Formats: sequence, C-alpha cells, structure tokens
Amino acid sequence: MKPVLAVEDLTVTIGTRRGPAHAVAGVDWAVRPGETLALVGESGSGKSMSVLAATGLAPRTARVTGRVHLLGMELTGVTEERRRRLRGRHIGFVFQDPMTSLNPVLTVGRQVTEAAEEHLGLTRRAARSRAVELLDMVGIPSAGQRVDAYPHQFSGGMRQRVVIAMALACEPDLLIADEPTTALDVTTQAQIVELVGDLQRRLGTAVVWITHDLGVVAGIADTVAVMYGGRILEQGPVDAVFGTPSHPYTKALLAARPDPAAGSAELVTIAGAPPSPLDLPAGCAFWPRCPVRGDARCEHELPPLVPVSAGHQVRTFYPQPSDGERR
Amino acid sequence: MARFVIRRLLQSAVVLLGVTLVVFLLLQLVPGDPVRVALGTRFDPQTYEALRARAGLDQPLVVQYFDYLRRALTGDLGVSFRSGRPVTAIVLERLPATLSLAVTAVVFAMAVAFPLGIVSAIRSGSLVDHAARVFSQFGVSVPDFWMGIMGILLFSGVLGWLPPSGYVALTEDPGRWASHVALPAATVGLVTASILTRFIRSSMLEVLSEDYVRTAEAKGLRTRVVVLRHVLRNALIPVVTVVAVQLASLLGGVIVIEVLFAWPGIGRLTYDAVAARDYPVLQGAVLLVAALFLLVNLLVDILYARLDPRITVK
Ligand SMILES: Nc1ncnc2c1ncn2[C@@H]1O[C@H](COP(=O)(O)OP(=O)(O)OP(=O)(O)O)[C@@H](O)[C@H]1O
Ligand code: SF4
Ligand SMILES: [Mg+2]
Repeated sequence: MKPVLAVEDLTVTIGTRRGPAHAVAGVDWAVRPGETLALVGESGSGKSMSVLAATGLAPRTARVTGRVHLLGMELTGVTEERRRRLRGRHIGFVFQDPMTSLNPVLTVGRQVTEAAEEHLGLTRRAARSRAVELLDMVGIPSAGQRVDAYPHQFSGGMRQRVVIAMALACEPDLLIADEPTTALDVTTQAQIVELVGDLQRRLGTAVVWITHDLGVVAGIADTVAVMYGGRILEQGPVDAVFGTPSHPYTKALLAARPDPAAGSAELVTIAGAPPSPLDLPAGCAFWPRCPVRGDARCEHELPPLVPVSAGHQVRTFYPQPSDGERR
Repeated sequence: MARFVIRRLLQSAVVLLGVTLVVFLLLQLVPGDPVRVALGTRFDPQTYEALRARAGLDQPLVVQYFDYLRRALTGDLGVSFRSGRPVTAIVLERLPATLSLAVTAVVFAMAVAFPLGIVSAIRSGSLVDHAARVFSQFGVSVPDFWMGIMGILLFSGVLGWLPPSGYVALTEDPGRWASHVALPAATVGLVTASILTRFIRSSMLEVLSEDYVRTAEAKGLRTRVVVLRHVLRNALIPVVTVVAVQLASLLGGVIVIEVLFAWPGIGRLTYDAVAARDYPVLQGAVLLVAALFLLVNLLVDILYARLDPRITVK
C-alpha cells in the first residue's frame, strides 16, 4: 500500500542567534493508510519539528530539505499556497495543549468547521450542522447546545475532544497528534487514546502519534520510530522494536519505563543529557550516554541505519542481540 | 446587559458627585478673589458685596456646595462671572467643536495605525516595519504644536489647500467643517496614530505566537483569514483600551492645538476660564469632561464584553 505521508532524508535547520540548530538531521519514515506510526524520544529530539516541517508549518526561520510525499504527491518545492490547500483537507492536527490551541474568542462550532468551510466550500448553515455532528462524534454531550459555547466553557479533556473534532472535520487521510494527552490527567488521557483509536477504525484514518509514553505506543501503534538528536535510532513494527529492542538507547528507554506489573515506582533513568541541536556530535549522537560504546568509531563516525529483521532497522555499530526478556 | 449598563450609569453618577466635591474644594484653595477679578477697575464695595451675595459666596461652604449640587441636578451650573451667561449653555456650545475634533482625530489615527500596525507585525523586520517604527518615533517625539505650525505653513501657506485656522460647525456646512477640521485633526491624530501603531504591532506580534494561530494555520486557512479572524480579533482586545484612553484625553480638550487653530473647544474654554478665574465655567467644563470620560469608559466595557466572550457582564 502506498503511504499516506512519507518523508525521506528530511532535515530542518533553524537559524538562531547562536548559530544553526539542527533540529532534524535526516529522517525517513512513512505511514500507511489506517496505520499508526508512533514517534517517540526525549524532549528536543526533533519529533514535532519533523512533522511540522513535512507539512509546511515549520517556523519562518527554518530551512527544510529532503522529500515529502503526501498521497503519492511530491510536496518538495511546491508553493506554500498548494501546501496550505492540503493542510486541514488531507491532514488534521491535534496539538499538545488544548487550553491554548483553541481561539478564545470564537465559538467551538465555528472553529470545528472552519477547515470544512475553506476546503469543502460548506456554507455557514451546513457548517453548523456538521459541527454538531462532529462534536457528537467525539462524545461531547448535548452537542447541539455546546456548539455555540466558547472554549473557556469546556474542561481540558472536552477541549481536546473539540480539537479532535476540528482535525477530523474534512475527514482527512492523516491525523497528526503531537503529544495530545500530555496536558491531561491520567483518566482523561486514556479516554482520548481510546477515542482516537475508535475514530481511526471508523474513518480509516492514518495516524502519526508523537508521545513520550511508551505504554501508549505499545497499545496503539503499528510502527514506531525512536528519535534522538534529530535522527531515528531505531524503527520498525512495534512488536519487533519492543520485543527485541536492538539499539542501546531503545533498550535504556524501555528499561526506564516504570513497570506496572512489578508494582514498583522504581524508575531507571538514563544518565546524562541529549545533545544540543546547535552542536550535534560527528559520530553517534548517543555516544556520551551509551553504556555499550563499542569502539572509537562510535565517537567519530555516524553509524548507518541497518536492518536487523524485516522492516526493523537500527542506527548503531553494535546492534544488541535480544536478551530474551522484556523489562 | 441592560442591568449592567444601569449599574454602571449609577456608578458613574457617584463618581461625578465625587468630581463635583473635589473641584469645589480645590477651587476654594485657589488664591485670588474671582469677584474682585470680575469687577476689575469697576470695583466698589457695594457692588462687590452685592455680587458676592448673588453668587452665594457669602454663605458657609457646606451650604454653597449643596446649593450648587441642587441646582446642578436641574441642569443649572450657575452663571459665568465674566459674561453672566449660564454655564450650562457656555459649556454645551463648546461640545460640538471638541467632539468633532477628537472623533475625527481618532478616526484618522485608526485609519493610519491599523494597516501600519498589522502589516508591520505580520511582516516584522520588513521595510514597512522599519518605516512604521520611524513614523512612530517621529510622531511621539515631535511636539504637536510644531507639527501644527508646519502643517499650517505647508497646507495653508505654501499649497493654499486648507484654511490656517477657525471653526465651522458640521451642521452649518459639512464641506467647510471638513476643510477646517482637517489640519488640527491630522496634527492631533498623528501623535495618536504613532502610539496606536506601536501598540497594535506589539499586540499582534504577541497573538501571532499563540498556539491557536498555529492551529488556524494547520487547518489550511488563507493567511488573510488567519490574520483577520484569528489574530486581529484577539489583538484588538487590549487595543480598545488604548483607543479609548486616547479618545478620552482628546475629549478633555487639546489646549495647545485649540489655541493654535483658534478652535473653540473645551480645552480653549478651560484655558480662558482659568486665566479669568471664572470658577463656575471651570467647574462646568471639568464636570462635562468627567462625564464624557465616564461615558467613554462605559462604552469600552460594553465593547470589551462584545469582543471577549470570557468577560461576562452581569
Ligand atoms: N523556533 C525554534 N528556534 C530554534 N530552535 C528550535 C525552535 N523550535 C524548536 N527548536 C529546537 O529544535 C529541536 C527539536 O524540537 P522539537 O520541538 O521537534 O522537539 P520534540 O522532540 O518535539 O520535543 P518535545 O518532546 O519537547 O516536544 C529542539 O532542540 C529545539 O530546541
Ligand atoms: S554506535 Fe556505539 S555509541 Fe552509538 S549506540 Fe551504538 S554502541 Fe552506542
Ligand atoms: Mg514536541
């Protein structure tokens, strides 16, 4: 199946006062219709920037290179006007903080169907009934009345439902969810994860889900890409990556996951900090923190992305054989 | 909404009462005897006493104040020491001149500041942005009377397009009113426009970095829609206050400009009343300005509630 969205050798370099920041230093990923791709990694690893750049939402100061394909269309080098017409129509976005991602002075109904008015030419009247339908679909009670309410009249969880309704207004082929649950409490998080899963099955939408929560990844994703220092260190089918993690970083991440089964709150964290995008190391980005550190190559040479099994690749000189147990 | 307006009107009445008291007391502290000044060289003890008695100045202060209040409630603000005409009439006949100058100046300022502020925010760092900054700097640092004089020299002296000074009522001859109001309004408005441009720019920039603007862009809306519907609507909220403060301060009269352009407004009236120690007129002028101020404030609050749904008026 052709991917809905695919990026190849995507780089994002942002001009800053302290020099160019290599926010994304060459990533490749693809998400197929109906599938979920999870992007995981520590803060600053380039997860958000890679999807923003792919869809033309990178900051004005950013320079983006690489190739992007949306539904088989080449997006590289197309005009911003063309990209704008595809955003909202074929790609819906859900951002992290529902408290700030809605406009406080417009009714939720208006905001939910704005994209449909723009891209599908819905009239204001048609848009209103469509808004009610969408709000109802994402589980907002008495949507018929709530459609005229303002964002501040909703709780955080309800607002995130509104944002999801908004993202799905044109029934896009792809939903990009950038840490959609991080700002919510645990119960609400679970509801939102479930809601998106439901809608995805019903509408056949592909999803790129950015998260820190490996538990969520295991639950919803088909494929996962682990990002670090603007690059992908390991990617593949979620069972393969979680079952036989082969990169020292992935292993460490999985080990750092609190284990609910063990009933302990013990959290193993990885010592050290990720590299600064202003100063990416020439060799393996994980080298300063790597417990393996095979040899001098690690420090000076960029390890290539190598396959370890079908569709499962890692970027290290020393893929870790499975030790047969999952922590 | 109606209840809100009524409550605010009552509050305003209380504030106005306070204003009368403060003005009344302050005038007691001002040195100089107004009756003596009014009589000038025609002074003789008998006339002096008679005049004092007629103005009620021989009564105790408390009696004088309540007397003043009682009559003020019926619209009688006393008579001018200087001309003997009713203060209410004197003050009200100056109102159209001041109102038309203030409103024209603010409309002019908004017409300049909105496009300039908006464009310099969305194209920040561009040529327009730099030009706008120079314009603002110029507007706030050059004294308005100097600008007024230059305006007269250029548009009236050199080009001969506009009359150098004077006033024609709008109701009398709209065309001639416009030609007379143009120069003073542009002079005053230029300062207001400079202040507004800066403010609109920074307010727009702040909103541009909001998450919901990115959301709007992520929906694939046209830039025009993002800017007008999402950014401007929000950026406008704090701007309303600044426009109102500017308008209110212009309604208080722009003395220098009114004098320069021989514009018979409240500012000019206040100036003359102070010079002549014409206390009743001064009191009347201050009261009118305070009332206008309160009215503008009320309108701003109503506008605020219209613009920002998070504010509820009860
Ligand atoms: N506007 C910007 N100017 C300069 N650098 C930026 C800008 N936005 C992001 N960056 C840098 O780009 C890098 C990648 O940022 P990105 O937002 O993609 O990280 P992330 O993986 O999404 O992290 P998080 O989990 O915190 O959201 C970061 O190191 C960040 O400092
Ligand atoms: S390349 Fe070397 S330093 Fe990097 S993760 Fe592999 S073993 Fe560790
Ligand atoms: Mg992010």
